[in-house]
Amino acid sequence: MSLYDFIIAPFADFGFMRRGLAGTLALALGATPMGTFLLLRRMSLMGEAMSHAILPGAALGYLVSGLSLGAMTAGGLAAGLTVVFAAGLVARTSNLKEDASLAAFYLLSLAAGVMIVSLSGRNLDLLRVLFGSVLALDDASLLLIAAIATLSLFGLALLLRPLTLECFDPAFLRAVSRTSPLAHYGFLLLTVLNLVSGFHALGTLMAVGIMILPAASARLWTRGLPAMLALGSGLAFLGGAAGLLLSFHVDVPAGPAIILVCGFIYFVSLAAAPGGLLASRLPVHRHLSS
Amino acid sequence: MGACLKPLSETSLMPGTSAIRFENLTIGYERHPAIHHMSAEIPAGALVAVAGPNGAGKSTLLKGIAGELRPLDGHIHLPEHGRAGLAYMPQRNDLDSSFPISVFDMASMGLWREIGAFGGIDRARRRRVFDALDAVGLTGFASRTIGSLSGGQLQRARFARLILQNAPLILLDEPFAAIDARTVDDLMRLILRWHAEGRTTLVVVHDFGQVRRHFPTCLLLARELVAFGPTADVMTEPLLARAQRLSEAFDEHADECPVPGTA
Repeated sequence: MSLYDFIIAPFADFGFMRRGLAGTLALALGATPMGTFLLLRRMSLMGEAMSHAILPGAALGYLVSGLSLGAMTAGGLAAGLTVVFAAGLVARTSNLKEDASLAAFYLLSLAAGVMIVSLSGRNLDLLRVLFGSVLALDDASLLLIAAIATLSLFGLALLLRPLTLECFDPAFLRAVSRTSPLAHYGFLLLTVLNLVSGFHALGTLMAVGIMILPAASARLWTRGLPAMLALGSGLAFLGGAAGLLLSFHVDVPAGPAIILVCGFIYFVSLAAAPGGLLASRLPVHRHLSS
Repeated sequence: MGACLKPLSETSLMPGTSAIRFENLTIGYERHPAIHHMSAEIPAGALVAVAGPNGAGKSTLLKGIAGELRPLDGHIHLPEHGRAGLAYMPQRNDLDSSFPISVFDMASMGLWREIGAFGGIDRARRRRVFDALDAVGLTGFASRTIGSLSGGQLQRARFARLILQNAPLILLDEPFAAIDARTVDDLMRLILRWHAEGRTTLVVVHDFGQVRRHFPTCLLLARELVAFGPTADVMTEPLLARAQRLSEAFDEHADECPVPGTA
């Protein structure tokens, strides 16, 4: 088997592979930068929690109008936003920290989601909800994912400076401007949007994977935020393409394959990158004079 | 009240010459006042050491001026441009020093009020950022990440950011905590320069020797205003002893404060 057969032909010959590739490219451009900021704000696990919060909304959407993109998206978006903003409100006005209140809300949301799924009595394609359908993206889904990626990039460009300050010195941002809540909630809104788009491609369980794993890998290689954002998206796309090929050649589900390849990249980074495990064990270079 | 405290009625400052005026200010947490019924007037351009024992309300006072804490009673009057002309450096350092950002980028955020969320940093502003880094002794550190700085260097970087904020009113809450002597000297020189430039500066300082050496004016707090005036008149044994005594009483189950008379 030539290199062409292995890498190019699957995409050249099959439309569903090209659609999958386009979908992962959009996710890499939209979702991974959100993951980068989740990581820098030490909210990685909260991203996971948020993604579960989307389930009952998507399930309700399915109950109402079947496997409809619009209904499931609207439901998931509504549920995710409700949980995130309710948790933010509780955190800002009560003694509970944001992680505690988010955990409470997302557990309730997840329980409600599972109950709705079981109440329906219809044959909800649970696997599709949990693991997505990156190899069966229709035009509408692809457009939705691409639209969300575009919106995210513009949104992030607008929020970049306040969001950076909000992450690393929130007290200073609050002292010099009133954009702190805008940065916080704007970021959460974009994150939920991307979780919904990730949910269509990779499912609720793995949408966070393509956000966090490439971001964590990039953090190990880079020292500046712009480089970290760029490398994160690059690694996410690499993982997406390689995962699709793995799924094609070995005939395994594409969603988990993509996340596993991203995980592989993460482990390689962990071993080899300057910020990783080996670098701290190796003998140091001769130090600089100052 | 201390002898050198000027009650409000006696102050005969011309309008526009006071930077901050506290009017019967009571400020605190969960109804427990940290500072009680304080009235004082800080003239524009003053360099004031805010001194007092732990728990005297020094940080609380600065938070109140910066607008982070609402007074329980009374008022804090700021000049017209108000909090837009105020630079506040809090004590608790909740700056995440593991964040991947360079010293240049961090300091340049002092320009926020000029450039906002979208404004660019043009050549002239770049120059100013480098000048500020030079002024705090961080020449050559511009492209380092803040994670690679020592505690003292990070404090210098925060001072560079303050310089760029170019504020007429500066509040520093314990800027010298856990900082080595040489850095303290350098930063103190900057504060004295701000004083010479006519900026009003309030600094919470614990080292009484430093207060006596460098600060012309001192505000001694102990959950109420003990004394405010020239440092030599304030930092006296009787007043310091009084401050110590006052700060020790804190009643968890205090009754409501009686409504003060019209006096």
